[in-house]
Amino acid sequence: MAKFLLRRLANYVILVAVATSCAYILAAISLHPRANFEGRNPPPPEAAVDARLTQLNLNDETPVLQRYKTWAKGVLHGDFGKTWEGESVNAEMGRRIGVSLRLLLIATIVGGTLGVLAGAWGAIRQYQFSDHAVTMLSFVILSIPVFVLAVVLEIAAVGFNNATGAKVFEYTGEFTPGLQGGFWTHAVDRVQHLILPSLTLILGEIAIFSRYQRSAMLDVLGQDFVRTAQAKGLRRRGALLRHALRTALIPAVTYFIYNFGILIVGATFTEKIFGWHGMGEWFVDSVTRQDTNAVAAVTCFAAIMILLAGLISDVAYAMLDPRIRVS
Amino acid sequence: MSVPSDQLATILPGQRPDGEEAALDETRIASRWSLVLRRFRRRRLAMAGLVVLVFLFLLAFVGPYLGQWTYTDHDFNAFLQGPSLDHWFGTTQTGGDVYALTLRGMQKSLVIGILVALISTGIAAVVGSFAGYMGGWIDRTLMWFVDLMLVLPSFLIIAILSPTFRGKTWLVFVVLLAAFLWLVTARIVRGMTISLREREYVLAARYMGVPAHRIIFRHILPNISSLLIVDATINVSAAVISETGLSYFGFGVQPPDVSLGTLIADGTQSATTYPWLFGFAAGILVALVLAVNLVGDGLRDALDPTSGF
Repeated sequence: MAKFLLRRLANYVILVAVATSCAYILAAISLHPRANFEGRNPPPPEAAVDARLTQLNLNDETPVLQRYKTWAKGVLHGDFGKTWEGESVNAEMGRRIGVSLRLLLIATIVGGTLGVLAGAWGAIRQYQFSDHAVTMLSFVILSIPVFVLAVVLEIAAVGFNNATGAKVFEYTGEFTPGLQGGFWTHAVDRVQHLILPSLTLILGEIAIFSRYQRSAMLDVLGQDFVRTAQAKGLRRRGALLRHALRTALIPAVTYFIYNFGILIVGATFTEKIFGWHGMGEWFVDSVTRQDTNAVAAVTCFAAIMILLAGLISDVAYAMLDPRIRVS
Repeated sequence: MSVPSDQLATILPGQRPDGEEAALDETRIASRWSLVLRRFRRRRLAMAGLVVLVFLFLLAFVGPYLGQWTYTDHDFNAFLQGPSLDHWFGTTQTGGDVYALTLRGMQKSLVIGILVALISTGIAAVVGSFAGYMGGWIDRTLMWFVDLMLVLPSFLIIAILSPTFRGKTWLVFVVLLAAFLWLVTARIVRGMTISLREREYVLAARYMGVPAHRIIFRHILPNISSLLIVDATINVSAAVISETGLSYFGFGVQPPDVSLGTLIADGTQSATTYPWLFGFAAGILVALVLAVNLVGDGLRDALDPTSGF
């Protein structure tokens, strides 16, 4: 099993290195930080702009490959360079990474678990009302783009707040700035801000995973080993949980990595709409501001996150499927 | 599987005709497509999706002639007005007619979605089947490329490349979207081709000296056509979602042109105070994607009753 995981890890590290390098080179060709200086009033002298851009490793007159070399050397030493304003990309990333991680973790854990359970439940009650309801709901949610879902939830929250006359749901930012009070006041405030963005991502995750899990579970339910488990004296519940659900999890687990890229893009919309200062918001703002190094850093973050998701799904795969462990 | 048509008429809805055992009446065999059509028509949700889709198409391409405003007009007597007889969907901050704007955005999103789906499914069919049939370095390169795209969401790449096509025609955007959408389909096509490669009729053709490209176009691709049709349909909704998502952030369709994505982006800020700026575009987008998905799902069941997904 260790050998299998090590081989997968090596494969992922190479993929991330290539992916991040491609992203940097594309960004270096496509984005022009020079425009930011030229747009200033009064326009600074060209020599000064050139010197500043060279200092930041953003000068479009330096060949791309040379800029890439400087950048890659920095990244290997753990330094992602500077933004076009001369600030450290690492420092900004440190501020933002936690915000995104919190959203991604909650959405993955809550959404994944509920989705798998909903799918399995639907499969057990195939063609009953609850099955149709779960299938239809997930179908509808999958047809709603994240940026529409987020705004619809926001409208519903505003309606709920107005109806109850209390500010139950918050929909801008991560917390209320300048809030006075003790630990609990702050904790409640954070949770109030967390609900809507998390719900946006969780709903999508539930929809996707319930679909995968339902079809995987249906394949398993009719098989002999589930009947055998019941025949040897296990209760139906035990047979379904220990044997059917476990086997049916294997395909869902392999979809995990495919799905994580979609989740990261979804988090980008969510952060932007709910005003969370996370990595996704930074990406959108940096592309708009033509900030090559920041864009490359966020892409690297996304690639590493997807790699981690891949590793987790490999470990889960090895745990669920004994054939992987033995060979 | 083909079944005599006179027998089909007596089969009750829900029952599956069994082609192998039925006596074949050569003169009156229901063609494969009329069989598919029958199965499709039995699915009420898929039919509803088709009706909605036809309606949305008519709305997008005939609707603009019904209203009295075009999408570039500004009514300086009506800023931020709600829906009325004069402006069916209300007006924007600058007096633009939301009805005309939404239909224009719909046209753009529909055209982009369909073009991207056709191009990407076409590329996927060709590359996937060649990779599966030939194996070797084509196969390895393709699979490695698909893996790479897995780590690098296409949304990020197209967003990074967006400044390069700003100010150019939107067709560049279409090509970029298609360039990233074909990979997953190609992988599925490759898998199916590998399983078809050893079938007797393919082997027979190969031993008769038929060149590889002709085997692929004559024998392999027609055999996976059901998959390709379903995939092209589902890809329309995937393309529309990608397009509107990128346009939402200003990385896709550029002003003065509009798409459903840019309209929704403009309406997001005031979604609670001026709901018509957000609601019509968002509602139409969801209806469109849902209808396409329902039709795709119905097609899958009609083309392959055993898929059961």
